[in-house]
Amino acid sequence: MCLAVPAKIVRLEAGGQGAASYMGSEVRANFSLVPQARPGDWVIIHAGFAISVVDAKEARATLRLFKEMAAAERR
Amino acid sequence: MTKVSLELGSGGRLMREFLAGKIVPAFRDPLLGELSDAAHLPGGIAFTTDSYVVDPLVFPGGDIGALAVNGTVNDLVVAGAEPRFLSLAFILEEGLETATLDRVIGSVRNAARRAGVRVVTGDTKVVRRGQGDKIYINTAGVGRTVARPRLDRVRKGDKLILTGTLGDHSLAVMLARGEFGLRSSVRSDCAPLLFLLPLWRAGARWMRDVTRGGLATVLSELAERLPCPVLIEEDKVPLSRPVRAASDLLGIDPLYMACEGKAVIVAPAAKAAALLARVRRHPLGRRACRCCCACRMLSRRCGDRSRARAGGLGRFGSNPGGCNAASAGRCRPRRRCWP
Amino acid sequence: MKELRDPAALRGLLEDIRARAGRLRRTPRLMEVCGTHTMALFRSGLTPLLAEAGVEMVSGPGCPVCITPNAVHEAAIAAVTGAEGLTLAAFGDMTRVPTRRGSLQTAVPARGSRLRIVYSPEEALDEARREPGREVVFFGAGFETTIPAVAYTVKRAAAEGLRNFSVLPALWLVPPALKAVLDAREVAVDGFIYPGHVSAVIGAGPYEFAARDYGVPGAIAGFEPGDILLAVRSVLGQMAAGKPEVALEYGRAVAREGNAAARALMDEVLEPYDAVWRGLGKIPRSGLRFRPEYAGFDAGRRYAAAGGAEAAADMKGCRCGDVLRGAIRPESCRLFGKACRPDAPAGPCMVSYEGACLIHFKYGPAGRGRT
Repeated sequence: MCLAVPAKIVRLEAGGQGAASYMGSEVRANFSLVPQARPGDWVIIHAGFAISVVDAKEARATLRLFKEMAAAERR
Repeated sequence: MTKVSLELGSGGRLMREFLAGKIVPAFRDPLLGELSDAAHLPGGIAFTTDSYVVDPLVFPGGDIGALAVNGTVNDLVVAGAEPRFLSLAFILEEGLETATLDRVIGSVRNAARRAGVRVVTGDTKVVRRGQGDKIYINTAGVGRTVARPRLDRVRKGDKLILTGTLGDHSLAVMLARGEFGLRSSVRSDCAPLLFLLPLWRAGARWMRDVTRGGLATVLSELAERLPCPVLIEEDKVPLSRPVRAASDLLGIDPLYMACEGKAVIVAPAAKAAALLARVRRHPLGRRACRCCCACRMLSRRCGDRSRARAGGLGRFGSNPGGCNAASAGRCRPRRRCWP
Repeated sequence: MKELRDPAALRGLLEDIRARAGRLRRTPRLMEVCGTHTMALFRSGLTPLLAEAGVEMVSGPGCPVCITPNAVHEAAIAAVTGAEGLTLAAFGDMTRVPTRRGSLQTAVPARGSRLRIVYSPEEALDEARREPGREVVFFGAGFETTIPAVAYTVKRAAAEGLRNFSVLPALWLVPPALKAVLDAREVAVDGFIYPGHVSAVIGAGPYEFAARDYGVPGAIAGFEPGDILLAVRSVLGQMAAGKPEVALEYGRAVAREGNAAARALMDEVLEPYDAVWRGLGKIPRSGLRFRPEYAGFDAGRRYAAAGGAEAAADMKGCRCGDVLRGAIRPESCRLFGKACRPDAPAGPCMVSYEGACLIHFKYGPAGRGRT
């Protein structure tokens, strides 16, 4: 079951609980599996649990790569 | 099936089998056998009924009272009738707060006024605490026939118009129940579809309101009665942001989510653009789109009705090749995609 | 992430892939083992485009609900129909799996019992906390993406001394299944597309055996069309260079070492055992069960299929097992689209969100004479 989405942490509470924002909706999730995460970080959420923290640098690099590929193809 | 399961009430295949296997044979009435949203009686009168059960009673965008009016009004509209009168029957559970009941009655009154119908008769029963779910409502509706839906006139190449976003009601109710720890601005789309009545004169062939079971259920019922599959372009189906988010997060398929103020209209190809424009002019139809094709003959065996019927359930597939990647691979201009 | 769907960028990648595939000796066949990948491939239309570009995609055992044998599904049904005052909580698609005793959805619960669809095991745990007099059983099926969440809830239940919460486990590990597919030699696999979110938990290490011992290249992929094409391109590159490895093409969500906290939690609560997979049979150390100290939370010890595990066979004619091994495509099953459809399924592959048959039915090329 890989159904998971990237969401931005809005609030961290006690006991690993908290909330993240995805497309304007706020979803409660458990952040115990990503103890290093902070509000403002993006995480991958699956079945109500954040299972990893998104690496912002890598994300930017990937987006840049695709922008370049698109531009190259259009030329 | 020796006992009734919850699944029977969900509007899907089990219910259709129940109707076809138990109800229709029990009465052998040609009007009943049509299983239309409303029965067209001699004398130009249309008649329908529906019962309403919802938890919680009140949710963003409406309550059980509004549902009870709009649901029945819409059944008349999509069957080709102008709604005129409603009956209103309550089954109340002992212990229900009168404040809640007052609120629901007020909603019924407001919805009826908005829909231009008069509540002219009704009934009230009370059952012991624990033997009902706070409020059950039944409304029967009577209207004036203005058109007769003609499923037999639906042709290959006809277009399907969807009047707006899917799943808002379903999500609003789910979240109002506190399910899934999700919070969003979604509101039920509970509303009367009276603005669709003029479309009958303008050439609409068939309509159905999208309620329990969602668009997928309507289309599969449609496909069961047509000799060929129905395909839709999934990416074109309008979804509000909260429904899109919930679908991604929870894995719920928006095509199966209930609405309470949306309809599907079958339009002849030549009239589809004009009908769509008319729908879009109304505030409730702003997100209307043409996202489906009815009766698309795709197989060389299309003439073989028995094969098509054996499949029955409409196939829902995105445009073969999908929207983005297809244009990536084949540079197909957008307008040649499914309309 | 719309850049990863930009048609121009995808076109460029496909051309690159076409060129690389063209230089290989035969058409490469790549296996993905994640229903979400199958769905992404079909929804975006990549499967026929990749075929056109000279790459054949095949689906492996990527659906945890599907590989869970009927015996376990029937155990869930036995629980909710046999015990009173019990809540059986499960993910939505699991409730529609057909067995010889019906499905969870059509089963009529015992007095005071009910089926509840949840999105997270924590919802089940919450109910157990709120209603101490009620037994709550969470039917948990999943791969390593989901297993840490299940382990967490059981650990919390133990810490809080809850006596009314348990899990009916159907917990499966991906790497042993990949090994089983390679060992079976039934389907020729030239490369793997590894599941991105399973990998977020387990990292790249557990797949290295495929490159090292079998010479099979692979790449960990995300779920946007661009992610998948990057991974395919990487695998073809490894094939051309003769240098199989486990490439990481989903770096924004996956670290090579995975999620240590999640794995530690799994290890604390669960231990591997030789599990029996639908279609693949018994695979060594391929499933997880509760360690002895957590055995009290194992609902599998209390609830079993009513007629016994052996009697809980697949539905007649269902070839879900063959589909899961990648031996046949869904369309090759006699029942596909006729006696087996989403509203009248013959097996789990036609009802699970990640079931290959459902995905092929919904999104596969239309008009094959099969409605």
